[in-house]
Amino acid sequence: MNSAVIVFLKELRENLRDRRTVINTLVTGPLMGPLLFVVLINTMVSRELEKAEQPLKLPVIGAEHAPNLIDALKQQRFDIQPGPANAERAVREQDADVVLRIPADYAESWNKGEPAQVEIVFDESQRDAQSAVRRVQAAIDGYGQRTGAMRLLARGLSPSVMRPVVVAERDQSTPQSRSGTMFGILPYFFILGALIGGMALAIDTTAGERERQSLEPLLANPVPRGQILAGKLATTTAFSMTTVLLSMLAFSVASRFLPTEKLGMDLHIGMGFLFSGLFVMLPLAGLLAGLQTMVAAFAKSYREAQTWLGLLTFVPAIPTMLLTILPFKPLTWMYAVPLMGQQIALTRFLRGEVVTTQALVLCFVCTTLAALIVYVVTSRIYRSERLAISA
Amino acid sequence: MIEVRNLHKTFGSGAKKVIAVDGVHFIARDGEITGLLGPNGAGKTTTLRCLYTLMQPDSGQVLVDGIDAATDPLAVRRALGVLPDARGLYKRLTARENIAYFGQLHGLDAATIRTRSDAAIRALEMDDIADRRTEGFSQGQRVKTAIARALVHDPKNVILDEPTNGLDVMATRAMRAFLKQLKSEGRCVLFSSHIMQEVAALCDRIVVIARGRVVADESPDALRAQTGEANLEDAFVKLIGTDEGLAA
Repeated sequence: MNSAVIVFLKELRENLRDRRTVINTLVTGPLMGPLLFVVLINTMVSRELEKAEQPLKLPVIGAEHAPNLIDALKQQRFDIQPGPANAERAVREQDADVVLRIPADYAESWNKGEPAQVEIVFDESQRDAQSAVRRVQAAIDGYGQRTGAMRLLARGLSPSVMRPVVVAERDQSTPQSRSGTMFGILPYFFILGALIGGMALAIDTTAGERERQSLEPLLANPVPRGQILAGKLATTTAFSMTTVLLSMLAFSVASRFLPTEKLGMDLHIGMGFLFSGLFVMLPLAGLLAGLQTMVAAFAKSYREAQTWLGLLTFVPAIPTMLLTILPFKPLTWMYAVPLMGQQIALTRFLRGEVVTTQALVLCFVCTTLAALIVYVVTSRIYRSERLAISA
Repeated sequence: MIEVRNLHKTFGSGAKKVIAVDGVHFIARDGEITGLLGPNGAGKTTTLRCLYTLMQPDSGQVLVDGIDAATDPLAVRRALGVLPDARGLYKRLTARENIAYFGQLHGLDAATIRTRSDAAIRALEMDDIADRRTEGFSQGQRVKTAIARALVHDPKNVILDEPTNGLDVMATRAMRAFLKQLKSEGRCVLFSSHIMQEVAALCDRIVVIARGRVVADESPDALRAQTGEANLEDAFVKLIGTDEGLAA
């Protein structure tokens, strides 16, 4: 039997007997993400839906100055409330999402045929209030336009003279692509899963083995160190791929509990996604296992390795954030960059978009190459004398 | 047979430079027990690490059964059974699984591993612990398991770094008996120690190391004659020029 296989089987057996590692790989790693996600999205969505369907409470200051406007708003299912003494303060302290203020000279301007001003007081940075603000704006705009049209008709003009240009919106987003923007963070959970699943193994097979003083006897066996490393990396990769697979399955189940159809969205984490997702993730898991092992081999102790690997966990968040903040058109070369390629490919899979075979192969091959380079560098570290000696 | 020729090994550089081994030279023959005796920090462990190719000497040559460690380290490791200073076990594997892992890495088949493990478990009197996970083993039980796994491939040459370190009186006696058994089987046994009585009781040949150099390479009797001291401990102190690091 090949020595790498012997090492792989032994590490597998030993680590499967470690309850903490198993729980990390099979439970915490894959389930944390989906659970967090379902709770978050459900709360967000149900709040949005509630607001859209229910009558909106609208505090109004000076309602008595514009009874017609108030009637029109009531027809639009606004629940008119007496206004607070200080509109600005009420909004700033989040007692109200938006306050409508009608000045005393409203009626006078209206009767003169001059533009009558009303004020809406709101806080743009308050995300939660945005839909309420938009509803108030739309309702008042609509009232203004209807009144304007009536005035034109009364003077014998067609209301269309006021609208030389009309905009008709043709939204090209599909249900899948709309879910894509919302679920753009999903690939990060899979990459994070790979890192969490491999972490315990990467530490245990290097810094841990050295600290337990079992590395020196192991290296006294007639086996090239590169093969020992290959076996250990294979175990780490296997654990991290297991975490990714379970994490994808968990998301697949979780996505059924999301009220996506209410938002007119469509999210498919089915067999197709599973296969293509695992295909692009496999070389990345190998690459990350190599990086984790390299870092752990440099560390002087188990504790130090844990600290460094904890920091390494944040690295994949960088492309995720960049891709979320700066939306751009995915170009072919981007698939060649490990992490970025996976990020783009997974996002497109989730949105139900096609990724060309060429791009997929490019992504796979380039990440595999990077993984091989990391393996070569790590095996150099593995050959150093310093590695085995604990004291 | 193990031959060490003019071995040199230095760590670090500049002000922090430490000369660990400075021209060590000796031969350990088959059917004999050779003791590497020296105070702590004399360079015993570094010399042994160069022997089992964990470290590469800066200069000098190591030959095991005539094979040069620099040209064919794998063959040398195959010809050696090693109990290093570090003797950690895999605590989530049983003693038997620990032994079998090293057997597999030596390329042995399952049947051979089985017979060898059984023989070693009997010889080291560890039947009661063989199928227990090694977590929570006593120091003596750990050393026994480590020896069994080091010898699973039936090596002609056996290297042990301070084998009785941390053992109680009974375990130490058992260890000495075991070393004698290895010798009677015609193996070349090389072990390091800083304990005078142990070396005196066991060795056919004593190589005394101090500050990285060999200061004597004789039989116990010849050593006494050379230094003119009837007591070996006095002979030892006289050789290394200080009683620093000497433990009884």
